[in-house]
Order: sequence, then C-alpha cells, then structure tokens
Amino acid sequence: MANISGSRRRRPYASALLLLTALTTTGAAYAVTTSAIANPRTSEVTAAQIQEGKRLFTEGCSSCHGLAGQGGSSGPSLIGVGAAAVDFQVGTGRMPMAQAQVQAMRKDPVYTQAEIDALAAYVSSLGAGPGVPDPSQYDFSNANVARGGEIYRLNCSQCHNYAGKGGALSDGKYAPTLMKATPKQIYEAMITGPQGMPVFSDAQIPAKDKQDIIAYIDYLQNAPDPGGAALGRFGPVTETVFLFTAAIGAVIAVTIWIGAKSR
Amino acid sequence: MSEQSNLPATHGAHDNHGGEVDYATRDERGRYILPLEEHTPRITDIDPRAAKRAERQVAWLFTLGGACLAGGVAAYVAFDSRELISVPTIGRVSASNFWLGTLIGLGSFFIGAAAIHWARRLMPGEEAVDHRHPLRGDEQSRASAIEQFKRGAAESGFLSRPLVRRTMLGAMALFPLPLVVLLGDLGPSPKEKLRHTMWGDKRMTRIVNQGSGELVRPEDMAVGGLINAIPEGLERIQEETGTQNERAKSSIILVRMNPSEIKAQQGEGWDYEGILAYSKICTHVGCPISLYQQRTHALLCPCHQSTFDLSDAGRVVFGPAARHMPQLRLGVDAEGYLVALGDFAEPVGPSFWERG
Repeated sequence: MANISGSRRRRPYASALLLLTALTTTGAAYAVTTSAIANPRTSEVTAAQIQEGKRLFTEGCSSCHGLAGQGGSSGPSLIGVGAAAVDFQVGTGRMPMAQAQVQAMRKDPVYTQAEIDALAAYVSSLGAGPGVPDPSQYDFSNANVARGGEIYRLNCSQCHNYAGKGGALSDGKYAPTLMKATPKQIYEAMITGPQGMPVFSDAQIPAKDKQDIIAYIDYLQNAPDPGGAALGRFGPVTETVFLFTAAIGAVIAVTIWIGAKSR
Repeated sequence: MSEQSNLPATHGAHDNHGGEVDYATRDERGRYILPLEEHTPRITDIDPRAAKRAERQVAWLFTLGGACLAGGVAAYVAFDSRELISVPTIGRVSASNFWLGTLIGLGSFFIGAAAIHWARRLMPGEEAVDHRHPLRGDEQSRASAIEQFKRGAAESGFLSRPLVRRTMLGAMALFPLPLVVLLGDLGPSPKEKLRHTMWGDKRMTRIVNQGSGELVRPEDMAVGGLINAIPEGLERIQEETGTQNERAKSSIILVRMNPSEIKAQQGEGWDYEGILAYSKICTHVGCPISLYQQRTHALLCPCHQSTFDLSDAGRVVFGPAARHMPQLRLGVDAEGYLVALGDFAEPVGPSFWERG
C-alpha cells in the first residue's frame, strides 16, 4: 500500500506515464475502425487518477477482467471499451457483479464517483473508447419530446418496452427498465452498448436525436397515470392477470359468504 | 310449508316412479338419498331483538351504498379531470377518476352486501331437496313421439313421392357450390409480388437510416451497432402507390460485428467489413423485429420467441420460425455509401401458399 500512496505525489515517471498513455490512446484510436464512436475525451485525467484506478482495478475487477484488463473466462476484455462504459457499468452498480449470473443487474454503486472516475481513467488508458459524455451532450432542455418518442419507438421500444419498463430477452436475459436511468447513463448506454444492447453511436443516432430520446424517457419517468394503477405499464396482459385474479378471488369470497350457514 | 320441506324428496320420488321409495340410504336405482340435517333455527328466527338488529344492519348497508353513489356524483362535479393526487401503491392518478371508481365500486358493493345480508338473516331459512329427473322420458311419451314422427313423414309424402324427394336432395347437394366459387376468387393473385422487394430493382441501392433519414456510410457503424434501415427511394414509392406494402417487405436491420465472429452467411462475402444486412420481417408470421443482442448476435422476435443467429447466416436457433432470416448482399458505391447489391435470395416474411 505504501508504494501506491507514494505514487500519488508527483514523480518523475508520472509525466512519462502520461506520455505513454497519450501515445497508446492515439494508437488505439487509429486501430479502432469505428472512428465515429472513438471519442477519447480524456479531459482532466491525471496520472495519479490512472494509478489510483489501476489499484482499484487490481483489487476489484482483475479477478474477472484480467490483471491488464485483457479479459478472461469470466469477464470480457476492457481494452478499448472507453471511460463511458466504466462510468455506466460501475455507476449503475452493475459492476462489480455480486455473483455470476446471466446478466448484471442495477444496484447501488459500490464505488464513489471519484473512484469511478479513477477506474474510468485507468480503463481508457488501456485503449481508447467512447469517453464520458459532457453535460452539454445530454442536456435535453431544448429537445423535442415528440420526435424523441418517434426515435425511441423505432430504436429502443422493441426491447425496453413502449413505456420504458424493459422486457424479457432470450436465455434469461432482459432489457432493464429505464425508470431509474439518468440522462448521462442513457447517453452512455447508447454509445457503449452495455451487455446485450447494440451500440448506437453518434453517427447512427446523432447527438441531437439522443437528446430527444432522453427527453422522451424523462417524460416517461415523470408521467402520471391518470387512469389509475398502471400495473407496471405493461399493458393488457398484466391488467388481465390482475383483474382476473382479483375479480375471481372476490367472487369466490362472496360465494363462500353466501353459502355459509347462517347462525 | 317448512314442515313439508323437511320431509325428504316427497314429490321428486313420486313424479319419477309413481310409487314408494326406500328412504333408507339409496333409492331403487342405486342413487344415494342424503338425509337432511336437522333444521336449526337462526338466532334471528328466535330472538326478535336479533332480527331487529339485522334489519338495522341491512338498512345501514343500503344507506352506505346510496351515500357512496351520491359521493361518486359529487366527486365527478368537484374534481377537475386533470387534477392529480398521489395514492399509496397506485401512484399519481387523476383525483376525479380515483374517487369516481372508488365510490361507485364501494356503493355497488354495499348494496350487494345489504341484499345478501338481508337474504341470509331475515328471509325464510329452510332446507329442501330437489331430485334430478332422469333424462330418459317414460315409455308412453317415447312411443307417442315416434308415432308422431312416422305420421308426419307419411303425410309429407317424402316416401311416396320420389320425384320431389330426389329433386330436393339434388338441390341441397348443390348448396355449397356458390361458396366454392366465391372462395376461389378472393382478390387478384399476388403473382411474383411476394418474391421480390425494391432492393432488387437496381443493381445497387443505397441504404437509409430510418431514424435520421441519412444515407448510411460504413464508418457510421460501430462494432456491436444496430441500424434500422430502409432502401433509398422508398418514400417516393410509397407516395406513388399510396401503400406501405413496399416498406413491409424491404425494411432491414444493419448490424456490425467483428468479421472474425461471422460463422456463416447466405452468400460468400455478403458482409461489408463485418456489416450485415438482414430482413426485419420475422419468417414465422411477419412481425418486424430488431431485438438484437450484440454480445450473442441473437435476434429475438417478441411475438413468438423465434430466435435467429445473425452471425450464422440468420439461422433459426429457437422458436417456431422455419426459415432463415433473409440476408442482403452489401457493398460500397463509388461515393462511399453502403449499398445493397441485389435482392434477398429468398422471399422475405412468413411462408405463403404458392411458395410451397
């Protein structure tokens, strides 16, 4: 531990490491054929952050993802996934996984935002990938909700449901509900394609359209249910199951009451 | 009345058999005769105060029901339909809807409960047995029915006038004929329409991103990416024909994977640097599908869970679909846009009669 905390101070090799990082980043960016998603926005990344990230990575992530992030039998390679993927996966608590399961589920994050930033800095130092989006990228204050709904229904609703409530996929996997997703996380998910989700890079869905989508999801998250209990907004199936169970149950209860012998 | 009813099955027994029945445990046809429990009077039958109390309870239930219904009307008047309230476990709902539903529901419940309570406590309480009658009629009525039928047949002349009988049977035999003719003419034959899409109209067709309306270039697509796409010029065809038929046939999804991950395709080198184009129309019953999981390359149809492996020539890996997802051959034109080089090798969408 001592040598690691020591490295937080400025050391001669820090600048060399930074130079190396910059070179790797540039090289990897070139190697990634999909230039559009490579957004190596590595602002304010310090060597100390990368060091701290490496320490956290070695402790918490390397058992699955390999000591150098190269991946292993139980975790994919993280080279080139980018800072946005780390910020999304760790920031939504999906990583580290609590246990081996088909799909990592959302839970309370294990790391603080500073630690997540350090991890992201370290992972993006392994190979360039989409960077954490800038607040201006997911600012939806001027977005068009109606158009967002259109793009959402075309690209997102097939898995995440028309009302953003998620849905089942194959082999026990599922598209999660979007009700807790923040604008930043929605943006990150689109550009990184976490788990089974396809990538929707800025060239596939322009940033402006992404903001419209975020505005639509925000609308869904805050929309009231004037008609009454939404029952998860899944539609006629849950409504029928609920009504059938409740109504038949009530009918049985009343029938027993009618049939019971009066004293 | 109540004393008579306490005797088991008197009229039933006489109706059926016109004689005495053994009241022990079974009748002569082996059916159990269940002994009635001894009648125990209810407290409301004995105690006039209890009866009075029950009467008041019933009256209260009716009053409550009426009050709830009146409250429902009041809620309808009082609340604006856009006014929202937060109800625990239900969420933010319209106040008007909530109170209308709750009060009308409770109102009908109380009225029903009052009626049941009234019947159980205050209306006559007595036990009675009703036997089921056998389904078979007695010999006399059976004989009479047969006799009537025979007489009717003779009077109609059905047997004695063969000319009438035979022409009638002939006419009835032709009855299904108009149906057969009509069924054979359910609109014009689709001919070759189901076999071709507009991807085959030109040697090269550019591909449009359906969301943004932009032409797709290969570098737009990330590995793991998905684009819902249509052929260039589709909008024009839709305007000309006034239908969405062409869209229904030519909608595709583009996915990109590492070329090394592609196990098989429907034609040699039909991908473009790992970009694959497949029909969006499920080959089972034609649902549009794009539930694509980039990690497993599985394309899942939400209608009946047919699953296709896009890294393996669109093969069916699960579910009721019988045919591969049809693939398009991709290339790039002189200006660097992604293009489809020809039509699908097989008809898109579900199987149809003429296809065999």
